[in-house]
Amino acid sequence: MNWDLIFTQMFSQAFGVNAMVYALAAIGLNIHFGYTGLLNFGQVGFMAAGAYGVAMTVFWLNWNFWLGIGIGVIFCVVLALILGVPTLRLRADYLGITTIAASESIRLFVRWRGNRERTGAAEGINDFADSFFALNVFDKPGNESYQFLFFEYRANDLWVMLVGWIVVAFCVLINWQLIRSPWGRVLKAIREDEDAARSLGKNAYSYKLQALVLGGVIGGFGGMLQVISKQSVQPDTFNPVITFLIWTIVIIGGVGKVWSPVVGSIIYWGLISLMITFMRELIGTGAGPNLDRFLNLSILNVDQLRFVIFGGALMLLMWFRPQGIFGSREEMALDDR
Amino acid sequence: MTDDKRAPILGATAGGGGAGAAVQENIHNPVEGVFDTVEAVPGSKKPDTILTAQNVTRRFGGLKAVDVETLHVQRGAITALIGPNGAGKTTFFNLLTGFDNPDEGHVELNGVSIDGVASHKLAAKGMVRTFQLTKALSRLTVLDNMKLGAKNQPGENFLKALVSSMWTDREAEVDAQARELLARFNMTHMADEFAGTLSGGQRKLVEMARSLMTDPEVVMLDEPMAGVNPALTQSLLGHVKQLRAEGRTVIFVEHDMDMVREISDWVVVMAEGEIIAEGTPDAISANQAVVDAYLGSHHDSELDFGEDS
Repeated sequence: MNWDLIFTQMFSQAFGVNAMVYALAAIGLNIHFGYTGLLNFGQVGFMAAGAYGVAMTVFWLNWNFWLGIGIGVIFCVVLALILGVPTLRLRADYLGITTIAASESIRLFVRWRGNRERTGAAEGINDFADSFFALNVFDKPGNESYQFLFFEYRANDLWVMLVGWIVVAFCVLINWQLIRSPWGRVLKAIREDEDAARSLGKNAYSYKLQALVLGGVIGGFGGMLQVISKQSVQPDTFNPVITFLIWTIVIIGGVGKVWSPVVGSIIYWGLISLMITFMRELIGTGAGPNLDRFLNLSILNVDQLRFVIFGGALMLLMWFRPQGIFGSREEMALDDR
Repeated sequence: MTDDKRAPILGATAGGGGAGAAVQENIHNPVEGVFDTVEAVPGSKKPDTILTAQNVTRRFGGLKAVDVETLHVQRGAITALIGPNGAGKTTFFNLLTGFDNPDEGHVELNGVSIDGVASHKLAAKGMVRTFQLTKALSRLTVLDNMKLGAKNQPGENFLKALVSSMWTDREAEVDAQARELLARFNMTHMADEFAGTLSGGQRKLVEMARSLMTDPEVVMLDEPMAGVNPALTQSLLGHVKQLRAEGRTVIFVEHDMDMVREISDWVVVMAEGEIIAEGTPDAISANQAVVDAYLGSHHDSELDFGEDS
């Protein structure tokens, strides 16, 4: 059993590109659900909007990559308005229904053959982020790996991570400042009881729309960084399962706490990676119980098994610590809606 | 508008009292005698009207939930709205406060039409309401519940919220005002607790105190005394009288005729969506139509569970 490999994989993944991307998406979702009480079941749609905003700017319009970041933000804002304007006056469920449908519609629309010129259809768009990697401060020839302690990252990934974690830190800071401000107080009041907020002169509809836009744009940054890191955007990576992984992360961390999305994401990616490498080692080396024989498990289906185990762990978390890591139990108990 | 008649909130901290406090006997009533000349008929004119409703109707399918021909509410007085369950009192409240829109009709506040004005804009116009099912914001502290009611907080704007110096000055004022009001309602010790931990009666107090943070001209209370123990009821009655002493107009829905008689200056009776009677509490208690429709013939005698009944 190669423990060195297992721990290197775990720590590298825990702070890697995926953890950074999902932390951003989760910060956005936490603003929606944790602070404002908006049921957004289509956070992946915002990631797709940001990702395609960047990629299409370069691929279809032949414009500057950096302009694409702005276009990505505009896509997210427009998506939030399309989703929010008709539904946020209605009961909370309607936004939930709309977002899940919209995120799937986006995926199917961009992969439609008729959009080949614009979105690359099912093949997606590749190599659109050269301008981003031209600035890479970690330039090892041939994208070699950097190793330190338990970490191992390729030069390009390290560059994406540096930029990405700075974006995460910035978003956490904005999040923290907004939530301690009177603006955040209104959001929380709307989460608790919209009518009470309205009776005290707060325009609940406008605040909910603002929160939807803000969380959507932050999720969009996640989508942008994800596709930039791979230099490739594929429609099918934006499937609904991603949204529920983001929900899982928010719940692990604790709903409605500033740090929870970041820590939730680090823990999620660390554990997922730990499980996969551990189980692969178990099968590969023949050490310990022979999973291959007893459970008929191969290298291929341990990939699925880790989600089964993770699901079980999530159930235990809900049983013993329903408030997540940062949440407070008393606060959770007050949720009497 | 009526600021000259009204003491500022911060000055009026006397006469509070929580559960079990002495009954406030001598709270000044500025509208004493105003109703002497008012005719006790539905839709009667008042000497100084602050709120007017004309031909307000609301249908739910085939049911006419509210059909109010005319209602004038006297400025600075406590007006009670009574009536049997399903009479349309709360629906009428919702129509007046913009939480629901009438099918027809007009509502004026201070002579200005508020037809179709969104509920959240009415607080700025000086009208605030509470709810029959108390809406304490559970996972906000009591102090945050209070602060939420403050007006003119620039930090509630998204961009200004990002820069603390834009709102911390106002926040300090709001904080002081909130603590002052909590002291008046004897809730200071609960300031940092989550509102969700409060008892039902304390929630009623917080909801009333919170509404005062908007410095309202008209306070609309939907069953403020429902489910509250007798001692706390006395305290709440004191607070309502205090509102009147400050020059605010109070409209409240209530079922308990004893409460109504104790604090209201004028009573409006609704049944089946219509206003069937108006008058002073004493006149209403003696009104045969009201007794038949709502109060019942034994309303002013003690219940007797003797052997022979």
